[in-house]
Amino acid sequence: MKTGFWLAGATALALAGPAMAGDSIKIGFVSTFSGPTAVIGNDMRNSFELALDHMGRKMAGKPVEVIYEDDQQKPDIGKQKTEKLVQSDKVDFIAGYIWSNVLLASLKTAVDSGTFLISANAGPSQLAGDLCSPYVFSTSWQNDQTPAAMGLYMNQKGVKSVFLIGPNYAAGKDMLAGVKSTFKGEIKGEEYTVWPSQLDFSAELSKAKASGAESIFVFYPGAAGVQFLNQYAQAGIKAQIPLYTAFTIDELSLPLQKDNAIGVPGAQEWVNDLPGEQNKRFVDDYRKKYPGLRPTYYGAQAYDAAQLIDSAVVAAGGDTSKKDVMKAAMEKADFKSLRGPFKYGNNHIPVQNFYLQDVVKDADGALSLKTVATIVKDAQDSFHDKCPMK
Amino acid sequence: MTASFNARNAVAALVVAGLVLLPLYSSLSGNIFILTLFTRIVIFALAAISLNLIMGYGGMMSFGHAAYLGIGGYAVGILAFEGIGSGFIQFPVALASSALFALVIGALSLRTRGVYFIMITLAFAQMAYYVASGLARYGGDDGLTIYKRSDFGGLINLSGKVQFYYLCLFCLLGGIYLVWRIVNSRFGLVVQGLRSNEARMQAIGFPATRYRLVCFVIAGMMCGLSGALNANNTDFISPAVMYWTRSGDLMVMVILGGMGSLFGPVIGAIVYLLLEEFLSQLTEYWALVMGPLLLLIVLFGRGGIMGMLGRSGRD
Amino acid sequence: MLLVVEQFLNGLQFGLLLFLLAAGLTLVFGIMDLVNLAHGSLYMMGAYFAATFVAWTGNFLLGIVLALGASLLLGIVLELVALRHLYGRDHLDHVLATFGLILFFNDAVRLIWGPAGLALPLPAWLTVPVQIVPGVFYPAYRLAIIVVALAVALGLYLVVMKTRVGMLIRAGASNREMIGALGINIKLLYTLVFGLGAALAGLAGLMQAPILTVQIGMGENILILAFVIIVIGGIGSIRGAFLAAIFVGMIDTLGRAFLPDLLRKILSSAAASTAAPALSSMLIYLLMAIVLVIRPEGLFPASKR
Repeated sequence: MKTGFWLAGATALALAGPAMAGDSIKIGFVSTFSGPTAVIGNDMRNSFELALDHMGRKMAGKPVEVIYEDDQQKPDIGKQKTEKLVQSDKVDFIAGYIWSNVLLASLKTAVDSGTFLISANAGPSQLAGDLCSPYVFSTSWQNDQTPAAMGLYMNQKGVKSVFLIGPNYAAGKDMLAGVKSTFKGEIKGEEYTVWPSQLDFSAELSKAKASGAESIFVFYPGAAGVQFLNQYAQAGIKAQIPLYTAFTIDELSLPLQKDNAIGVPGAQEWVNDLPGEQNKRFVDDYRKKYPGLRPTYYGAQAYDAAQLIDSAVVAAGGDTSKKDVMKAAMEKADFKSLRGPFKYGNNHIPVQNFYLQDVVKDADGALSLKTVATIVKDAQDSFHDKCPMK
Repeated sequence: MTASFNARNAVAALVVAGLVLLPLYSSLSGNIFILTLFTRIVIFALAAISLNLIMGYGGMMSFGHAAYLGIGGYAVGILAFEGIGSGFIQFPVALASSALFALVIGALSLRTRGVYFIMITLAFAQMAYYVASGLARYGGDDGLTIYKRSDFGGLINLSGKVQFYYLCLFCLLGGIYLVWRIVNSRFGLVVQGLRSNEARMQAIGFPATRYRLVCFVIAGMMCGLSGALNANNTDFISPAVMYWTRSGDLMVMVILGGMGSLFGPVIGAIVYLLLEEFLSQLTEYWALVMGPLLLLIVLFGRGGIMGMLGRSGRD
Repeated sequence: MLLVVEQFLNGLQFGLLLFLLAAGLTLVFGIMDLVNLAHGSLYMMGAYFAATFVAWTGNFLLGIVLALGASLLLGIVLELVALRHLYGRDHLDHVLATFGLILFFNDAVRLIWGPAGLALPLPAWLTVPVQIVPGVFYPAYRLAIIVVALAVALGLYLVVMKTRVGMLIRAGASNREMIGALGINIKLLYTLVFGLGAALAGLAGLMQAPILTVQIGMGENILILAFVIIVIGGIGSIRGAFLAAIFVGMIDTLGRAFLPDLLRKILSSAAASTAAPALSSMLIYLLMAIVLVIRPEGLFPASKR
């Protein structure tokens, strides 16, 4: 049948994955590898590869084969790639997924086929709530969690009022809702900007200034975060109205934000200087293996995804048909997460700490992120009640 | 269009035969994914032939055709979300809402010509895109997952891969037949005549705008059908299917395959989507190859792939 | 009130920037009858050139001048190699070919500069906020954009209205066959006009770069806006492009700033905050649709044949 397959011509060639027969663990990895957000996908892939290196590229003694697929940041492409991985490559696990909408579009394919899906970033509220599934695990967070931690920190600082700015898509709304769920002061105003096309925030900054709010909170992932910080600095209000962020400053944006980011706090579940041997090894080896680059939380989550998969495969003794055994193993979260304490709630979303990070100049003069404090311990998302799994 | 045996007809016949036999090959080889991929291709081919009807034959260069993909898709998605799962309701609603949208924007847009027409259709499609992004109840920007495909009772099961593929193929072939009938009807000849010499046609006494509008609405409905099928195929609908780049993709398929040739858009859809799949497997820098390829096709291959295969009787 | 002044300036600055992009597009469109989707890529290249040259020379102004030269050169090369073969072709051929160029440029940039994007930091003297009226501070750099763009608009006006080249350009925009009949070296004129358009796009890109960032695909969304402007203004008309650009810039900025509050007065707060962004991003398309329905050839059609 294989020969017939290859004889079938050029079209088939296009579709043929590296479908080598053999006893290996097959993992599909869906992320964004083209377009402006490819930096994120690259970081996730780098970290996933590094995790495999650290495991000797074997899980339970079997060689690991990873098939990376580019979702082009489009839900329908992501769904198609997921289908290819499930149907054509017949992978045992699918990991990755940066974007909530790509994940939501792909979810049904993976779950219906009984393939384990590990979200290494996207955390839409549905995933934690009514769409939770025995086959789906997250190594990141639910969208609301990180900004909720920021809201707590602002309470701790005694901030009286805030002006919220975020992009007008589901994650953006989740983020602002997250702050509102914990922040006790007054919300002076709330602005949603057009995503992803609006890159000029002058109107919103002017309004924030005019509102008389004591602080500003923003959520702008990727390049938009760079733009926001540039404009915030140029508007000359950095000295007057302090800025609080979630997912706006990371190692990918920092080289572009430069000094504009200094002194702007953010909440995060992983920071590069968190204690623990495992984390130190990850950060050091990453910087050695990929000179000039620094790992981000996206990468750390992808690294944890590899570890989670490994823990399942090891528990099943390399027999990936034992889905129940693997599921039970993953629920135990029996691996050393880079972020330290890590366990799963009933909905397979991590119960974890959130840290306050700040931007500082490190020894060699480069800007880097630094853990300042632990804002909240063992935080669980607020949607786990809606998940029917017990 | 005479049915003489030339290279174009031979290719068209081969492609149809290939499409019809594809599920057989898929089950023999055990490669399910090729069926999934081609279901998508067939659906987009339907959208492309509908665009070709107005663009290639009618001279109406719509840069907002993807709007119907979204409208058809949202008709299915929203009804499914509200608990109305019957395809006998969903599909007619999809067609009717596409027709209504086409009627309104067509009536307004057809006042303009040329590039202005391109831009005004784009404007309307973008408005539809932003409306969908604002539908908070239906997922807004993140889109809406469709948990149950359209239910056609015992008639056909859309969740069956092969059945669904044949349904899409049936729609595509039906669409091609419809375009063929339209193009060769008196109505179609008038629309084509308007493209080449509007003043003369109007002088003879044909109400130009009304003819164009009818053609525009038919194309909109065909693309709306494609949208309803697409939503079923992906089990998902989001505003992204309406974004202007998607309209651009459709245009590229039509031009690539050969505008104004009956079968060109089908070839265009197959080649474009396969190239995208094939090149993206080969290298992450697939656009670096695809871009100049498109340029070369324009520079050296007038009339798209079908044009390269030889002239049809009409030219 | 102060907020209104500030938003007004924001709108003006955005509109002027859009004008720089639209001016080149409308010239190329009006004179060579070429639909150039890759105009946004030239905008992106201008920004990448500037970020590279500024980092390389360590001098902001010198880097910008070099980047402008590079944009001009790139435009000329692009015209000579690819686009001149497209003159006289169908508009759809232009769309397909220049769409291909967008794909090419995006990936070429990714290959050369990497996917991460670049930063173009401002020199210190441009980062201080300036007090324009008592109580209103405005970023110096945004003021600089307003000044530069106005100067360029004025210069362009003088060139187009008062010089021989300008006369040819105007003649070309309103009647293409005529300048050929006059025995002018059209090929050279076309190359020059395209180069000028590229330089203007590059200028828009590099001026926007410190505010936004330099990244792949940065030209695509703004390109659509530029097309909206030239269509509203009337293809080939610099004056139309100028007025439409200011108009679009204002509508977009003021709409975003004040529409949500306006809606909140009518609708419930929750409904308003979901509807407002969708509505305000729709405004310019709505504007274009209305203009075209009323005046199918834009506000200031250049060709009155």
